[in-house]
Amino acid sequence: MTDVSPRTDERVKQKEPRKVFSQATNWGPGFLTKLILMAAVNALGLYVLVNAYTAGSWVVFGGMALILVAVDYVYFSKKTLALKYLTPGLVFLLVFQIFVILYTGYVALTNYGAGHMVNKSQAIDAILMQNTRRVEGTAQYPLAVVRNGSDLGFAIIENDEVFVGTADQPLEAVDGATIDGTRIAEVPGWEILSMGEVTENQTDVLALRVPISDDYEADGAIGTQTGTTGFVFRSVLTYDDSSDALTNEETGTVYTANGSTGQFESADGETLNPGWRVFVGLDNFKDAFGDGRYAGPFVKVLVWTFAFAFLSVATTFLLGMVLAMTMNDERMRGRKFYRTIMLMPYAFPAFMTAFLFAGLLNTKYGFFNEVLFGGAAIPWLQDPWLAKLSVLFVNLWMGFPYMFLICTGALQSIPSDMNEAARIDGANGFKVWRYITMPQLMIQVTPLLISSFAFNFNNFNLIYMLTNGGPRFEDSSVPVGSTDILISMVYQISGLSGEASRNFGLASAMSIIIFIIVGAVSAYSFKRSRSMEGAQ
Amino acid sequence: MRRGISILTAAGLAMTLAACGGGSSDDSTSGAAEETTASETGASGSLTIWVDDNREVAVTDAAKAYEDATGTTVDVVVKDFANIRADFSAQVPTGEGPDITVGAHDWLGGFVKDGLVAPIEFGDALADFNTVSTDAFTYDGQVYGLPYAIENVAVIRNTALADSTPATFDEMLAKGKAAGTKYPFLIQVGDEGDAYTMYAFQTSFGAPVFVQNDDGSYSSELGLGGENGNNFAQWLQDQATAGVLDTNITYDVAVDAFSKGESPYIVGGPWMISAFTDAGIDVAVDPIPSAGGETASPFVGVQGFYVNANSQNQLTATDFLVNYLGTEDSQVALYEAGDRVPALNAAADAVSDDPIVAGFAAAAENAVPMPSIPEMDSVWSFWGVTEANIINGTATDAPAAWTEMVSNIQAELDK
Repeated sequence: MTDVSPRTDERVKQKEPRKVFSQATNWGPGFLTKLILMAAVNALGLYVLVNAYTAGSWVVFGGMALILVAVDYVYFSKKTLALKYLTPGLVFLLVFQIFVILYTGYVALTNYGAGHMVNKSQAIDAILMQNTRRVEGTAQYPLAVVRNGSDLGFAIIENDEVFVGTADQPLEAVDGATIDGTRIAEVPGWEILSMGEVTENQTDVLALRVPISDDYEADGAIGTQTGTTGFVFRSVLTYDDSSDALTNEETGTVYTANGSTGQFESADGETLNPGWRVFVGLDNFKDAFGDGRYAGPFVKVLVWTFAFAFLSVATTFLLGMVLAMTMNDERMRGRKFYRTIMLMPYAFPAFMTAFLFAGLLNTKYGFFNEVLFGGAAIPWLQDPWLAKLSVLFVNLWMGFPYMFLICTGALQSIPSDMNEAARIDGANGFKVWRYITMPQLMIQVTPLLISSFAFNFNNFNLIYMLTNGGPRFEDSSVPVGSTDILISMVYQISGLSGEASRNFGLASAMSIIIFIIVGAVSAYSFKRSRSMEGAQ
Repeated sequence: MRRGISILTAAGLAMTLAACGGGSSDDSTSGAAEETTASETGASGSLTIWVDDNREVAVTDAAKAYEDATGTTVDVVVKDFANIRADFSAQVPTGEGPDITVGAHDWLGGFVKDGLVAPIEFGDALADFNTVSTDAFTYDGQVYGLPYAIENVAVIRNTALADSTPATFDEMLAKGKAAGTKYPFLIQVGDEGDAYTMYAFQTSFGAPVFVQNDDGSYSSELGLGGENGNNFAQWLQDQATAGVLDTNITYDVAVDAFSKGESPYIVGGPWMISAFTDAGIDVAVDPIPSAGGETASPFVGVQGFYVNANSQNQLTATDFLVNYLGTEDSQVALYEAGDRVPALNAAADAVSDDPIVAGFAAAAENAVPMPSIPEMDSVWSFWGVTEANIINGTATDAPAAWTEMVSNIQAELDK
């Protein structure tokens, strides 16, 4: 930014020496500072790389490696002056925008949701865990975890006698073991593990199954979940890696993995829970538009979202502009005071305002009906049309101070001599506003109106806190209502509100659709506004 | 100047990469963390438990005892109860999440279907718990959590305004009117309805939400439709016309009115009691009267602790739950924190001289566990909203609206 200062001859002369003392090549304090900071950056990067490597997360590993190489090149090369300024922003863009969009896109193509929350190996683990049962009618045994060299085993007490076994060696009675109450105190030839040691080896202890007899299939095996009590467990299902199928040992039913639905299925269509996440292509997008349960509400919500966003911007802008023009008139007294008052709604947190209005608009106990309308029972938030009106009204209350603020700023920057010139030319007040003030104002505020449209398009706070989308569509089979906008509908469909079962895939698909709509509307509007500017 | 910029840029870059490391490497760090837990931290032993602020003190005490006894460090993380279910569902599949979380029993079906929780084998200790509570945490024959408290709604009576709660709704209403207060009877409804609080009246018409099997477990067959369901819908409409039920009465309005002595009766749970006693109202707790002729059975909700199915510390977690949180002292401490009836019989006996606890326990004798089958997730929104629509007059033909609701839920279940 130093180059903004006027270039005197002296500065031009300095240009040559400056290059010599460039921090990219010289061991000055600046270079040392850079070196230290870059070392910190590289250390962080390496930390991420090591973590990604141990976790086998190759996308993160590759991405991080690329970023690190690029960053080091940019800051140690002499040729990349512009990039030195741009790189931090680009990295932010990559991580917080592009990555998020790509990830949302990825989720939109999967069946991630209720019943498909985990990956395949987790699903297999969970199914096996859920189907390992205590054999009915068997006893529980006081148990100690024992070790002989590297062999882990269990010692149990049955009829005041101690039995010891390992995974390969069925339980056998041992002589000379001592019992202290219900605890095994000593087993000859075996070392008894303390609770701390058990904790250290808990994964192995949990997985350990000691057969009761040689006939494993019939009698089952002892396992423990706490390290102090043993039960006879038997697995109902077994997993076969080579055929990628689960077999029910009791009924003989075979459940094979179905990669397109993400569930284990038997020949007659019976499925096992949980399923796992799989790629389902464009199914979620098809559901959003094709499935009657979503498509009907989706169209209604889409229309209302546009109406809501457009009307919100129009009403708040008109009110804000009128007030700004009134307050801008020098004949008015106490303008500073009024201006401060005008900004009050803006100073309150938006979600709180919406929540307060929900109370004020209560049919029976609300301030509006009780005080302003003399006890009339007007269903502000229960009637579909009144609810829409209420939403717009509350948004007008919350939104006009912003418009007032930007209009005031814009008006004050319009030179007053233009207005005077127009008046001298014989224009009346309206004509001055129509042909002089308004066009100048619009040039300045149009980009802000577009961003305000995009903001209202996704104004989740207001809808969530004021009506929560209600009143619900009566005929709809998804939890969506008359005042739901797309983003609040996405929230409901994602299942995070607890009103429907989770469906992150579909919710992501709908987010992408919203992204495309908002992006397209904004791009078009900016293009229009630029051409307007060009016309000036 | 130029140096300043370069420092700023580099600092910004450092932060960017830090953010990148934190943001995009969610999977990676978690995986690494798992491995370290298994190999290294496992040696010192550690447990992470999610609780809400209500239960923090009680769990912290048990955690301290466990730390002293075993040397395992227990990390108690306080979270907002409303977020726990969603956060647990989101984090467990990524390998993050706590080893143990507090939760309600009706989350169970969804958790099992998603493969998020591990079964616990209690053995003989199971018999020490209230049967309703262990049944509630049983899914497909396996117990998936440690129950610690039972809660259900009942009629809370202002003893200064009414001397008893009659056995039928009409008689109670008559008595309430005779008391001459602003409301003869209070029940929260709200704009989205409250099927949970209203459930006892629905069951008194013989319309349970899901048909129960002979062993008390729920089938996935809807039971809330048919003639009985329609009669209940009609009753809702009649009471709304009479001004008894009103969607404007939200939880806050109802509790506030009762605290001011504006009604002799309110349907509510143990969580309301402190608001009333603080307001100086002397209350008694009675079973809910029947509106439709059959027994009025409210839902019993059971609170408990789940073990993360992907936890690397399952053995420690199970040991902590069964042998520390499942003891009488811990369960009494949890009772003191939340005023809910303990699930462990010995602990329930220890606190049974409290008349409020005894009142809720008596009301619970008619109660049924809230279904924990995954299908339940699809029911709530339709159910409450339809009730609200009938009560606020949006749905003029109550039985038709009810039938429509049943077919919508069925469609959701069939999907």
